[in-house]
Amino acid sequence: MMATETNHFDAVVIGGGPAGLTAGIYLSRARVKTLILNEGTVGGQMVLTHEIANYPGVESISGYQLGNIMKKQALSFGCEIKSNISIKEMELKGDVKTFVLSDGSVYTSNIVIITSGGRSRTLGVPGEDNLKGRGISYCATCDGDFFTDKEIVVVGGGNSALEEAVSLTKYASKITIVHQFDNFQAFEHAIEEARKNPKISFVMESTITAFYGEERLESVDIKNLKTGDVTNFKTDGTFIFIGYIPNTEFIKDKVELNQWGEIVVKSDMSTSVEGVYAAGDSITKRFRQVTTAVGDGTIAALASSAYLNELKKKLKK
Amino acid sequence: MLYTNLKHIESAADHAKILSENENVMVVCGRMGPMCIPVYGIAEEIEKEYKHVKFCDMEFDNPESHVIRNLPEVRGFMGIPFTIYYKNGKVAKATSSIQTKGQVTSILNNEFGAPSKG
Repeated sequence: MMATETNHFDAVVIGGGPAGLTAGIYLSRARVKTLILNEGTVGGQMVLTHEIANYPGVESISGYQLGNIMKKQALSFGCEIKSNISIKEMELKGDVKTFVLSDGSVYTSNIVIITSGGRSRTLGVPGEDNLKGRGISYCATCDGDFFTDKEIVVVGGGNSALEEAVSLTKYASKITIVHQFDNFQAFEHAIEEARKNPKISFVMESTITAFYGEERLESVDIKNLKTGDVTNFKTDGTFIFIGYIPNTEFIKDKVELNQWGEIVVKSDMSTSVEGVYAAGDSITKRFRQVTTAVGDGTIAALASSAYLNELKKKLKK
Repeated sequence: MLYTNLKHIESAADHAKILSENENVMVVCGRMGPMCIPVYGIAEEIEKEYKHVKFCDMEFDNPESHVIRNLPEVRGFMGIPFTIYYKNGKVAKATSSIQTKGQVTSILNNEFGAPSKG
């Protein structure tokens, strides 16, 4: 299927989190015909935050509500949004960028802003997929109460792992933290809180290599990374908090990424490909907040608009 | 309270009424949390396309949600949302925790049939 005139946009934004929605708001308000292509739920990781209390100008709001307000704002300026789509192919080089979706529809644009965000890292070991929701969880707030008086494992050594392990002691009778290194990456206060909690014990320099269970999780294999010994460990549940990874696999051969898979950008959010910008959690940066994503999205929108104006002049000649 | 645009099921009686009045029903039973919100979002997104399916949600902490929490099909479930697909009032399929759009539409197509085009 070929792109029709109606399928051509000035700008395509990939991703509908705070960075993408902000770019959509700024571009559409500036009369730049904009389409947001979003693989998941509009709002990105922001909608998963129960309360946002540090977004300037808003005392307290749920991430879900803030995401919906941003979406409404973008739509009110004429931005188009397609959610839960999957991009099958794309060509980012040249003055006209092309996107083929899995349903066969084709879209083109002159500029692109990639705001594909990140997602929770999984262990990727046997049994993990099948037992997700049947003893394996990635969210203590969501599923903690299913493990009241149960013995569970927490995987990870960062702030999330240690803080969530402490919060899970409200429910679980015993928690074993399994971490691949001999020291934790979390802040000292989080480590101290976990260490002084009598319900928590530690298995260091180890990792889970398999999950077992029929109707629900029954045990895990824990491998000692120093000795190579594998022990089968009975457990009622496992919570996995091993960080986030950027959603950039789909552009790994298209734009420059760093060793962690983050998109390399200049201060104007431009990438290694002309006309392609990036913003939000998928770019290389230190602080990942809704406010920083919004700032990135603003810069990307303004810089790409300026580029678009120059490109249109060039194409008219 | 669930801040979604889906039809909210408030009581066991409401649940029974919806099952009796609709051949194909999908109920997402959860909270406003990270594993549940994406599933509500998918249901909202495909609601217009799957006109032959009634999409609803129910608050997991509502005591009336025992109609879902006590189903034999959810035994072993330890992650929300519990998503139940009903065909003629009977459970056709049930899933636990977050699902992708592909997983949801695959179940809908298998159990209720793909949406008609046009």
